[in-house]
Amino acid sequence: MEWLTALSVWMIPVLIGTVILVATIRRVPTYETFVSGAKEGFGMSVSIIPYLVGMLVAIYVFRASGAMEALVSGMAPFLSWFGVPADIVPLALLRPISGTGALGLMTDLTAVHGPDSYIGRLAATLQGSTDTTFYILTVYFGAVGIKKMGDALKVGLLADLVGIIAAIFIVSLIFGS
Amino acid sequence: MLLIGLVYAALNGTMSEVTEGVFTGAKEAVAICIGLISVLTFWLGLMKVAETAGILKQLAKLVHPLARRVFPEVPKDHPAMGYILSNLTANVFGLGNAATPMGIKAMEELKRLNGGKDEASRSMITLLALNTACLTLVPTTVISIRMSYESEAPTDIVSTTIFASGCAMIGAICIDRFFYYLRSRKERSS
Repeated sequence: MEWLTALSVWMIPVLIGTVILVATIRRVPTYETFVSGAKEGFGMSVSIIPYLVGMLVAIYVFRASGAMEALVSGMAPFLSWFGVPADIVPLALLRPISGTGALGLMTDLTAVHGPDSYIGRLAATLQGSTDTTFYILTVYFGAVGIKKMGDALKVGLLADLVGIIAAIFIVSLIFGS
Repeated sequence: MLLIGLVYAALNGTMSEVTEGVFTGAKEAVAICIGLISVLTFWLGLMKVAETAGILKQLAKLVHPLARRVFPEVPKDHPAMGYILSNLTANVFGLGNAATPMGIKAMEELKRLNGGKDEASRSMITLLALNTACLTLVPTTVISIRMSYESEAPTDIVSTTIFASGCAMIGAICIDRFFYYLRSRKERSS
């Protein structure tokens, strides 16, 4: 697996190098083109602000009110009945909502249970294999001004659920206690 | 979600935390967007170079046989396909902050294909689903956290992550198809 880690380190520099090289060979005015594309970056970031503020305020209120915790503790016994360790439940529920929050929880689980414990590995797999659905939804749709999102949220969250189930299954199969 | 939070806070007596939450949430959102400026500016510049040099078109051509099945609405050689592919590749290699600008670019092109409507098109939903549940080869952040806690084998979760994210990706495609099927049936009957 060493080569995979090396690959991810080399990926970005190689990518940048290739693009510049090909562009130079094909006589594209590289710097001018870069600047004209990069100009869009600022406006795009600013245009996301209203969407992200709306979404994050709702999420923060939901968490701060204690409703999130109530949901987690309400579901924990039900889930542990399926063999899902209770410690992992908050992480699984927080993962689609808040990227930094989930990362914090995962770090915490790693610290408390140890990185090579069953829970530590499950937390790591969960963190690595799913993404912050709400954030992606807001940023991607916000940047291009999509207001009606159709089935996107449902599809994203259900896919997260598949990922969570698959993570629990494979970790208990390989590293099971 | 906001309403549930407010009602729950009223019952639970956590109104002051909620008020604080409103402002931390708003602050966090702006902080994220400001942080995005640097990343977006750089990658959009580079992507423009790649597009002008014809790299994106070549990429689109290369994967078209496979991508056509997942994104049937995107025409051949369209730049959207190139952006979609670079976005998904960046995701696969765990390059989160490189993936976002490419994803946004892809969305822009898809919106153009959809006639500029403010409604999500079928391809947009598919792209989102693939982004929230994409095959991950190298979970870089996770590995570095495991290293900092002195794991004996920080990378031994790579295989489980590949498996779990692969399942999620297949799941995402199937679920997306299923919802599309439901939508089109509803449209036909009405």
